[in-house]
Amino acid sequence: MPSEVVELKGHIVDSLGLPRVLDAILAQGGTFEIEEIEIGKTRSEQSCARITIEAPTAEKLETLIAYIEKEGVRRLDQEDARLEPAPKDGVFPDEFYCTTNLPTNVRISGAWLPVERIEMDCGIAVEDGRAYAAPMNRARRGQMIVVGHTGVRVDAPEREDSHDVFEFMTSTASSEKPKAPIISEVVRRIIETKQQGKKVLLVAGPAIVHAGASASVERMIRQGWIDLLFAGNALPLHDIEAALYGTALGISLEDGKPTPHGHEHHLRALNTVRRIGSIAEAVRQGVLTKGIMHACVTSGVPFVLAGSIRDDGPLPEVITDVLQAQDAMRAHIPDVGLALMVATALHSVAVGNLLPTSVEVVCVDINQVTVTKLLDRGTHQAVGVVTDAALFMHELSAALPEHEEVAV
Amino acid sequence: MKSARFLMCPPDYYGIEYEINPWMSRKRAADHDLAVKQWNDLHRALTSLPGLTVELMEPVKGLPDIVFTANAGLVVGDLFISSRFRHPERQGETRYYEEWFADHGYRIERLPDDLQFEGAGDLLRAGGAWFGGYYFRTDPQAHASVSDILGEEILPLRLVDERFYHLDTCFCPIGDSAIYYPGAFDEYALRVLRERFADAIEVAPEEAEQFACNAVVVGNWVILNSVSPKLCKALSDRGYTCHPVELSEFIKSGGSAKCLTLALS
Repeated sequence: MPSEVVELKGHIVDSLGLPRVLDAILAQGGTFEIEEIEIGKTRSEQSCARITIEAPTAEKLETLIAYIEKEGVRRLDQEDARLEPAPKDGVFPDEFYCTTNLPTNVRISGAWLPVERIEMDCGIAVEDGRAYAAPMNRARRGQMIVVGHTGVRVDAPEREDSHDVFEFMTSTASSEKPKAPIISEVVRRIIETKQQGKKVLLVAGPAIVHAGASASVERMIRQGWIDLLFAGNALPLHDIEAALYGTALGISLEDGKPTPHGHEHHLRALNTVRRIGSIAEAVRQGVLTKGIMHACVTSGVPFVLAGSIRDDGPLPEVITDVLQAQDAMRAHIPDVGLALMVATALHSVAVGNLLPTSVEVVCVDINQVTVTKLLDRGTHQAVGVVTDAALFMHELSAALPEHEEVAV
Repeated sequence: MKSARFLMCPPDYYGIEYEINPWMSRKRAADHDLAVKQWNDLHRALTSLPGLTVELMEPVKGLPDIVFTANAGLVVGDLFISSRFRHPERQGETRYYEEWFADHGYRIERLPDDLQFEGAGDLLRAGGAWFGGYYFRTDPQAHASVSDILGEEILPLRLVDERFYHLDTCFCPIGDSAIYYPGAFDEYALRVLRERFADAIEVAPEEAEQFACNAVVVGNWVILNSVSPKLCKALSDRGYTCHPVELSEFIKSGGSAKCLTLALS
């Protein structure tokens, strides 16, 4: 929770100035701790109290302190954030301030600026009267970076008294939880996100295809429920393999049996798309006629494919430079209101790292470890659902109204 | 009776030229001739008291409220702690008050720039302690700062009714006790007042609106705008004699007898 140390000096005991201020802090929704109090030893001697005040958000703290300043309280740590130039490209000054994914403000020339595009594990760059989270590898020599903790204020997450099914899911993710209320809650949140004009991001792993949920995801894209797709090489590849050969990793999606030379299918699919030049072009030429990637291309849903070291191919759109891939994903983050992370450990954590806490996250995986890992990496706002990804997507797709525009 | 000295400023340029408190309305002008008469009546009432002298300072054109000398600053012995007015409309008065006090041999102290303090309007000595009104015109931090200068206890009292924007509009020391209007204070301030002044006179809202608390107390005399029979009796029971002086034209500016005078000793 954001906090600030203030001082109250004067004849604050006999005049009831101290209880007046402490009562006001509580009445305004803050809490306090008296760090130090010196009581005047004689009538004429003044007393002095140093009080740490906490409030749920930086804004509330500001309002509270502005209120009690009129009761005689003086602010102590009213200092601007310290700035130092980055010593070289890709390097922050020593003592740089490390960001969290919580709303953050920095004090520059006496004014509090919100840190834009907040993201965990970054520095804070200040340029032209604006502050924003800057990844270390993008630091430019001479860029002014916040150092130390002075003049930096972080908002604590609001703990609302919610009584929805997500409430009990904020503890450890477990498979032993009823799925129906979870599905309807996710539906509600998707609709809410769209109503707010925000985007729904799907971060998906290839298990969606292997387990046969492509059609459900495809439908959600075509119906307008998914606005953005982040994946690796495998999801689009096996989706295209399925579209071209009816298999995923050589296994028939119809009867679940291995097909002769099926293990070559995904490589041949790769080769086809690489020859054509791009997934979009494959759609345009009529080579790719169905599936998730076809739905993305024809529905105008942007996708960012971030490669990894174990990739075959990869597909032409796959970005193999991880820093470039991060930047490509970052470019889309400001519009995202809800992220569905389904059946992918690597990309869930990678995207989770980029998201501010204001983005709701639902993480679905058959493996509890994936969900826990995401939470442990700092995406505390994530709600975990331990279940089969394909079944989840089937049910979710079926529970969503026919078309986004109708419902929203 | 001990000798007493007051500072007043004739109302040559007095008028309602701006609105900085709920009493003031440019639509409700003060009758200038009547104001001059009322001010003279107050001056006469004071100077007619034995051993009492009134010093006068030159009025200044364009500074209508300079008549309210109580707000010039705080006088303790030969020390003058100059006010830092909240409203720009009154800030111009400071120069003239400081000149007068410097010319009359006072040491002048000023508070830090960021503090607001309106002198004897918000700081009064009663029953062996200083009481400091704050919120509308004076910062509580200013009282701590004045306490540093004086080396004496100042109990800040939180004012809550904008009509009673200075402590001297709702609180008047009288002997070892006080007259005050409870509605002008917050609950903490009231607890302090009730504990300190068990035998105080609490005035009714209609009395407070007639500026009953804005009284000049000299010896056993209480000079004030108007007095209700009840307050008159309460004061006479304590051995005081009321001397009402009609000050309606100054009440239009939110000031009465006390505001028009500054005790120098």
